This record gives sequence, C-alpha cells and structure tokens, in this order.
Amino acid sequence: MSLTRIYGLFLRHFYLITRSFPRILDLVYWPSIQITLWGFISNFFATHTTYYNNAVGVILTCAILYDFLFRTSIGFNMLFLEEIWSRNFTNLFIAPMRIGEILTSLVITALIRSLIGLVPAILLTSPLFGISILDLGIFLFFLFLSLYIFGITLGILVSSGLLRFGPSFENIAWSTMFLLAPFGCIYYPIETLPEIFQKIAYVLPLVYIFEEARNILINQTVNIENVYYAFIWNAFYFSISIALFYYSFNAAKNKGTLINMGE
Amino acid sequence: MKNLIEVKNIKKNYGKKEAVKDISFNVEEDEILGLLGPNGSGKTTTIGMLLGLLKPTSGQIFINNLKLEENRIEILEMINFISPYIELPKKLTVKQNLYVYSKLYKVQNIKERIEYLSEKLRIGELLNSITGELSSGQKNRVSLAKALINEPKVLLLDEPTASLDPEVGDFVRTFLEEYKKEKKISILLASHNMNEVTRLCKSVLMMKSGEIIDQGKPEDLIKKHGRANLEEVFLKLSRSKSEFN
Repeated sequence: MSLTRIYGLFLRHFYLITRSFPRILDLVYWPSIQITLWGFISNFFATHTTYYNNAVGVILTCAILYDFLFRTSIGFNMLFLEEIWSRNFTNLFIAPMRIGEILTSLVITALIRSLIGLVPAILLTSPLFGISILDLGIFLFFLFLSLYIFGITLGILVSSGLLRFGPSFENIAWSTMFLLAPFGCIYYPIETLPEIFQKIAYVLPLVYIFEEARNILINQTVNIENVYYAFIWNAFYFSISIALFYYSFNAAKNKGTLINMGE
Repeated sequence: MKNLIEVKNIKKNYGKKEAVKDISFNVEEDEILGLLGPNGSGKTTTIGMLLGLLKPTSGQIFINNLKLEENRIEILEMINFISPYIELPKKLTVKQNLYVYSKLYKVQNIKERIEYLSEKLRIGELLNSITGELSSGQKNRVSLAKALINEPKVLLLDEPTASLDPEVGDFVRTFLEEYKKEKKISILLASHNMNEVTRLCKSVLMMKSGEIIDQGKPEDLIKKHGRANLEEVFLKLSRSKSEFN
C-alpha cells in the first residue's frame, strides 16, 4: 500500500469537487433536503392521524403523480445528458437544428418515456392495493398535464444549466425534484409547512396540483381554482425556462462550452 | 475560383485572454487549406467559430456568401465536421446513426446516400454493428460518413487521421483527395501530421498564440524558411519568439 498513491487518487477527486460549485452544493443540500422532507411528513402524520380516511389510496395516488413529474423531469435531463456522455453533443449542435426543434423533440421524447413508466405503475396499484388513480376522474388529465409541463420546465431549466456550466451541473439535474419536494406538499397539506415555506410553496404549481388531488380523493369535490393557479404558474415558469435556455445557449457560444463538454 | 469560406478579421476573447487575434483568410471551392499550429494556437477556436459553436468577439464569417451570424441554419445545412474528440452515439448501430443524421440534415434519398457512402468508405459490412464496438479505424470511417451525409460544400476536419494506423490513415487521405476532386468542396484541415498536410493542402496557415504568423503553399514555405520539409518549418515557427508575443 502506497500512501502517496492513495493521496494522489484522493487529490484527483478533491480537486474536482473544490473546482466545481455545483458539486459542492450537491454535497451540502442532499442531507438537508432529506431531513426537511421527512421531517414534515413525520410531523404531519404525528399530529393528523385521522386526516386520511383512505391513507393508502391518497398516498399512492400522490406517489404516482409525483413519480410522473419526477420521470418527466429526469427523462428530459437524461436525453440531454446522453448526448454529453456519448460525446455526441457537438454533432447535435452543428446539425442544422433550431433550438425550438431540439426542445420540441426532447419534450415529445420525454413524454413517451414518462408514459412508458406510468402505465405499468397505474396498472399495478389496482390489483395490488385495490386503488385506481382513475378515481380522480376527468381532472386527472389536467393534473397530469400540469405535472408534465412543470416536469418539462424543470428539465429545460437544468439543461440550461448544463449548457451554461457544462457537465458539472449534472448533479443538480438529479436532485432538482428532491429540492422542490418539501415545498411541493406532495404527501401533506400546505398548512404543515412553516409560514415562510408556505409563501414559497404558493408560488409553485406543485402545491395546487397535490392539494387538488387530495381534495378530490378526500372531499370528493373539485376546486377549479387549484387547477387554474397551477396552469398560471406553469405558464410563468415555462416561459422563464425557454428564455433561460436561449440565454444559456448564447452564453455557451460566448464561453465555448459547446465545444468543450468535458468534466 | 469562388470563395466558399471567407473569414474577415475575427477575434475571440475569453475574458482578458485573446484566443484568436484578428485573423482573416479564405478557402476557395475545390481547395484544401491546412490550418497548422501548436496546441493552444487557436485552431479549434477558429473551427468552433466557423461551425457557429462559438461567437466571435468581433469580425465576420461568410460561408458560400452567406453571413454566418444571420444564416446559421442555412449554413449548417451545407457544412459538416469531423474530430476525434466527438463521437456518434455508441449504443446505436452504424445504420441507425447515419439514418438519424440523415433526418437531422433533411437528406432526400437516405437509402441511396447511405449506400453510396458505405461503398466509398468501405463500411457496408459495419452498418448493422453497434457503433461503440467498432475499432478506431472503423469509427473514423463511420464519422466521415456522417460528416458527408449531407453532401457538404464545406468540410471542417480536426485531426481526421489522429490515432489511425498508417493503412487506414492513407485510405482516409486518398478518399478525401478523390472526394474533394469529384464534388469540388472546400476543406479546412487542422492537423499535426505534416506529411498529410503536404500531400493534401494547396496552401497552409500557420497559427501561433491566436495569430496567423505565416501562410502559403507548403513548398513555398519550405523554400522561404530554408528547411527540408514542412515539419521543420512548423518546428521553427513554433519555437521562435515571434514578434507578436
């Protein structure tokens, strides 16, 4: 055993971490996010044991909805990352494709990927747990559409980061959904959050989507306002993400990231 | 002869660092221009700007009389690029990759184009192979097929024969010579292989520290600098403390 060689290999990774802000951020926020998310879930169940009459149904439905969002977002990022990993990135950007064409193609592919994962999940819940997500009725379509738009929005935002900062932004790609999970109020009502967190949650479409899913399943009523606000916020963030992608593309052309996609 | 590439006073700065300092050159139709220079001399940056991957800090680029800044898509339709530093998706078969890029470049007769390139580049037997499982020489020929899929008027080559054995290297050079002659295309060739440059290029640009420090026909440069071959000229210019430094 050579301490020098061990130290040498340690240095290789240490230099990589210390030279990349996204990598440092990745180390710091994972534990914080996990503790925050599970803290709120535990807190809610400890104080509201009778809230869910059909706990399994509501939680599973929310889990499926969240998974759809997760798969859409990650799916979009994966498509972008695949090009970097296979060193095909430059080939793609020297092809005569407009940015709009690249984004549209990725958006459609991400939807197909998500649906491939979603359909078996929905089919499994019925025989295994006697639950059907179709209980959400016609509004299920709007909730899925909202989640899809937000998932794509996050995907485009992360891809903008990859364009601008290069592959070191990859870790952020994997963790955006977890970062937002505590504020999305997926498994608990918004009142569970401290007031300051509630303010953040209200400017995200997620809280309206999951509040509405619970509302339909538990109260058997529909609050159209939730669907409406989810779409308003989605339109806002989607527009920002598109603008940011174009900005990042131009920034990458200035910085040279498009021809230097390495570590 | 018509200029297919016109570069006018382009500069590229990364913050305070000047990667390319006010260079101008033209490449005519049916011409191979060599771009020589030590590592870090600005060759890749220049190629990046020609491909629209990098925005020049100042200056203008025209491809086939179209200004790059205003006609990016139209220009990318008539240009292509090969470099050992970029690859095709490894999990796809060669045929799938060529088909995908045929679609991206809106090639009309895809089947005929793939068949033509397969025959010319001897990759017919590789079409159903997984791209990631090919040897370096095979990958190189497949990348060349991709680079020619759109029948480019302008071809940018960055070290096209790097890491190839002499036989495959010679095959690629012969192919490029014949293809250029047949299709009257312009080729900008960045290479460290001086024999290759001497054989293929009508004229060469010597770059150092972001500037063109000399240019001319290979035989004229050899004569001008009193050296036996282009490699010696390259070494002389690379090692000299130029007036620009």
